[in-house]
Amino acid sequence: MNEILGKIALCIEFGKINKVSPYPPNMKDQDGADELTRQALDAGVKPDEILENALVPAMAKVGEKFSRKEIYVPQMLMAAKAMNSAMVHLKPFFQSGETKRKGKFIVGTVAGDLHDIGKNLVAMMIEGGGWEVIDLGVDVGTDKFLKALDANPGAVIGLSALLTTTMENMKQTVTAIKEKHKDSKILVGGAPVTMEYCQKIGADFYSPDPQGAVNYLKALVS
Amino acid sequence: MQTILRGTSREVVIDTNGPVVIIGECINPTRRKKLVTTLQEGNFDYVLELAESQIKAFAEVLDVNVGFPGVDDVKLLPEVVLAIKARFDIPLCLDSPNPKAIEAALKVAGGKCLINSVNGEEKSMNALLPIAKEYGAAIIALAMDDEGITHDPEKRLKVAEKILERAVRLGIKEEDVVVDPLAMAVSADPRACIVTLDTIKLVHDRLGLNITQGASNISFGLPERDVLNAVHMTLSILNGLTCPIANPEKIAVTVRAADLILGRDDFAIRYVEIAH
Repeated sequence: MNEILGKIALCIEFGKINKVSPYPPNMKDQDGADELTRQALDAGVKPDEILENALVPAMAKVGEKFSRKEIYVPQMLMAAKAMNSAMVHLKPFFQSGETKRKGKFIVGTVAGDLHDIGKNLVAMMIEGGGWEVIDLGVDVGTDKFLKALDANPGAVIGLSALLTTTMENMKQTVTAIKEKHKDSKILVGGAPVTMEYCQKIGADFYSPDPQGAVNYLKALVS
Repeated sequence: MQTILRGTSREVVIDTNGPVVIIGECINPTRRKKLVTTLQEGNFDYVLELAESQIKAFAEVLDVNVGFPGVDDVKLLPEVVLAIKARFDIPLCLDSPNPKAIEAALKVAGGKCLINSVNGEEKSMNALLPIAKEYGAAIIALAMDDEGITHDPEKRLKVAEKILERAVRLGIKEEDVVVDPLAMAVSADPRACIVTLDTIKLVHDRLGLNITQGASNISFGLPERDVLNAVHMTLSILNGLTCPIANPEKIAVTVRAADLILGRDDFAIRYVEIAH
């Protein structure tokens, strides 16, 4: 059993989606995260074990390698694709409630900002950390964040901005959320954002890289 | 076709047949915290330093962006424009999402500026095109609209055409519309750059307009960023890019090498000027 979980983790770490995927070249013609996850479930491995002992550690490794600049954005996205191909098999268990995730994370780029690479990396890392991610996409106004929070009480919020000109909209959104949901936790990130700015606008956490966000969420629920 | 910009008296001609004119990108607070702190203190020394170093590195136009949280850019943008004008005779590219700031800057700038940028959204065209007409400014037409960013070069061309038509209808000269085809990170989408390159070719072939792009971010998330940026710049120039918004200290040699190789630099004068 541990063997197949180890194989799934390797596929995710190196971005092996499924058998027909030619990437990475040294794993050609091998089963990928897709087939192996199916096989694991068929062999009776519990979905939460696959999540906790294959997906989560694999994505943590990916995040750490990215933080150390050993891999780059394309490798992260390959890993995310492999993770998604495993996740597809786990989704029915999430929906039925048989497998619980750690919590919900609402994420989007703030109003006026269309740059979504950073936001997407954070979203995939947090999903890979065992959370349900509600991705509101780009150019998300305050109202949309509030609505999503109303529909998912207790969710943690992530705001992303790449430009100094759109960063200002982060403040409005944080203020509005904190007014209505005093206890909600808000993470902010993006190139111009700093810990100082995070504190100034009343957000709860800033991380310069996706893995920092995952670690923060982990600490919230442990 | 020629787009002519002007500082106080110096004219810069951007010609669709080249050579390439670099619009210096460095007066921009994103990733430049020192610019934010100095501007907050009302200290323009660093802005002027950035202007001077870019001019020395062969920027012929300067992009000016002073957007950061809490800024009153309707006040600050014209102040910075005046400070630059007092020291340097160089055309400016006014860069702000706030049409009021652009207008306030145009009022004091004189010469002939470039507005960065008008996109295909009704709101953007309605706010900025009349201002451009009133102050005789050229515009950058950004190939995105209410429907967001398309990855189809033909559709990006359509958006550029739409802005061009609206501008011309208001009495703005065709040659004063410079198209930005949009450049996105190739790390997130392996086709991001080829879509841009194809759009440049379409705009060049079908509209014959000058073309700009802010392309330093195409290399985001990858190693050897300067190499990627230089290759993308070279291929873009081959396809019709004529006035990139870029960091001249990093890209000017590449740009002049491209001009030389494309037969636009007799006796390699411009290349040698910079590379010797």
